[in-house]
Amino acid sequence: MKKLIILAAVLFSIGVQAQTPEQKGFDIAARSDRSDRGFESSEVEMTMVLRNAAGTEIRRTLLTNTLEVPDESLGDKSLILFHTPVDVEGTALLSHAQILKPDNQWLFLPALKRTKRISSANKSGPFVGSEFAFEDFTAQELNKFTYKFLREEPCPQDASLTCDVVERYPAYKKSGYKKQVAWTDQKDYQVRQVEFYDRRGDKLKTLSLEDYREYPGNVWRTHKMVMVNHKTGKSTDLLYSDYKFKTGLADKDFKKGVLSSLR
Amino acid sequence: MNKIFIAVLTLWAIPTQADNWNTSVEAGLESRWFIQDARLPNQHSGVGLSLKLQPEFRYKSDDRKTQFALVPFLRYDAEDSERTHFDLREAYWRHIGDEWEVTAGVDKVFWGVAESRHLVDIINQTDLVEDIDQEDKLGQPMVSASTQKDWGAISLYWLPYFRERTFPGADGRLRTPLPVDNDRAQYESAAGQWHQDIALRYSHYFGDWDVGASYFRGTNREARLLPDNSGEWLLPNYDQIDQLGVDLQYTWEAWLLKVEGIYQKSRIDNFFATVAGFEYTFYQVAETSTDIGVLLEYQYDGRNAAAPATLADDDVFAGMRWSLNDTQDTAVLAGVAVDRHSGEQFYNIEAETRIGQNITAELRARFLTGSEPGESAFFVERDDYIQLSLSYHL
Repeated sequence: MKKLIILAAVLFSIGVQAQTPEQKGFDIAARSDRSDRGFESSEVEMTMVLRNAAGTEIRRTLLTNTLEVPDESLGDKSLILFHTPVDVEGTALLSHAQILKPDNQWLFLPALKRTKRISSANKSGPFVGSEFAFEDFTAQELNKFTYKFLREEPCPQDASLTCDVVERYPAYKKSGYKKQVAWTDQKDYQVRQVEFYDRRGDKLKTLSLEDYREYPGNVWRTHKMVMVNHKTGKSTDLLYSDYKFKTGLADKDFKKGVLSSLR
Repeated sequence: MNKIFIAVLTLWAIPTQADNWNTSVEAGLESRWFIQDARLPNQHSGVGLSLKLQPEFRYKSDDRKTQFALVPFLRYDAEDSERTHFDLREAYWRHIGDEWEVTAGVDKVFWGVAESRHLVDIINQTDLVEDIDQEDKLGQPMVSASTQKDWGAISLYWLPYFRERTFPGADGRLRTPLPVDNDRAQYESAAGQWHQDIALRYSHYFGDWDVGASYFRGTNREARLLPDNSGEWLLPNYDQIDQLGVDLQYTWEAWLLKVEGIYQKSRIDNFFATVAGFEYTFYQVAETSTDIGVLLEYQYDGRNAAAPATLADDDVFAGMRWSLNDTQDTAVLAGVAVDRHSGEQFYNIEAETRIGQNITAELRARFLTGSEPGESAFFVERDDYIQLSLSYHL
């Protein structure tokens, strides 16, 4: 048995050495992406704290429902329902993520009860006035990027963990980023920090992912994300309540027809 | 004012803030400034104040299968008694079953894709005194059932009671030379407001295409305005119609290509009308967060002179949408509709932003130029106005 383990370890290390940085980068991302495979569906309440350079805060609260689409060549489906500010209450955004084609998105405007198909070409635009771009939410699919392993080092938020540092390059069109650098820990395979570089290659934003909690089925979720924009001094916090998984949401709950009867 | 304030507080105090209940109140103060003096002697001039109150009570059961909504609406206008009005915008019970979703009560339904004219949208009556842009609607009593299949969604509507369009009173601006008597509406159907209307809608998407098709049979939401025997009043005349509608949108990168078309049949006229055009958005202009959208739509309407009047018979609409994408959701929509025949130009500007967390401010300006006596919109030629409203959302 011991011999087997040693043999496996030797084979594994050979394998690692034979890997190109691109392959290793992809493998690290894939291991992270696949670590929460099988969550099926989730529901979570989120508070968004938007802060300008002077420190003035605006809060938005919203509900996010997600449906896992197991096929990696297809994207997940998500539904965001806004609660506050009160004047936008009931506004909803339905997204059918696609990998390299533009996502399908519909916006529901409660004042008119109107469902509108919207363009998803606006990848790099701010999401509801926050420091998160649309693509920061929708581009979490494995095959939306190509990868390159850089190095390993202590994780930025928690030096007791070791992180793999991987560069990733958007493979989809209209991205506002030339590249991103992601720190993924080697213990739970979760992304701990991401740096975003604009099209010119200048560092634009840093995202910290904190307060990871484990749910049944070895599913990990961050409960605090902090995005800081280095150019404007503005920042956005995303604070998550407890997730609910396998809530019985099905494909029919993510059709455009449901938007008019969400509340 | 005091009373309204107390009413707001009382309504706010009632709701139990349990997860199943969701309540909110919007209280708004609106000032409308008519730039020119009125054309008719009894119409008011200058600045007119009005108040709006709209509480919302919504219930959702734990299993999310049962919903209930109650949304009363009140507008008090100091100048025009006909603009002072109460409505139930929503008051329905809804059950979401595995196959069918059923709604009974008063609700609002929107159909269509175009921006400058909502042609296929027919379920709800227009609340014309609330705003002349025809986007404010009266609550429609209905029983509706919808089902979602792989090949699309089907909705069936039974509309047992007709809502009459609201027209300004004799004191009001934005009215016809003879005032409309809202209390003496005439109906083709002997059943009057109790004519049982029906409607059917199919809606789906195929990749980048969103499609809708609809059929309506019942009382026309638009009225022919005919003088009464005294010759001092106009009476709304509501005919029975059959209407087929189609709406299509093709979404490709930053382009939205849209078309709506209807064919309407009545004892007065059979005609075709369409609105077609595009919206193209320049995202993050000059490396800011600002988006600028450019809209162009053509409006055609083939109805004859006896049918309910429309301004959109042969018009080109050009507009610009300016979204700051800031935390205050600041946005401006400005546009002009030009009548290709008469050269009349109707300008429209809508700007909105949020102040703090609970107050929204909105500016609306509407101007008509180039209208000559005898042309379709001449009667509102001196009714250019700028409107500023502040709303508190709780």
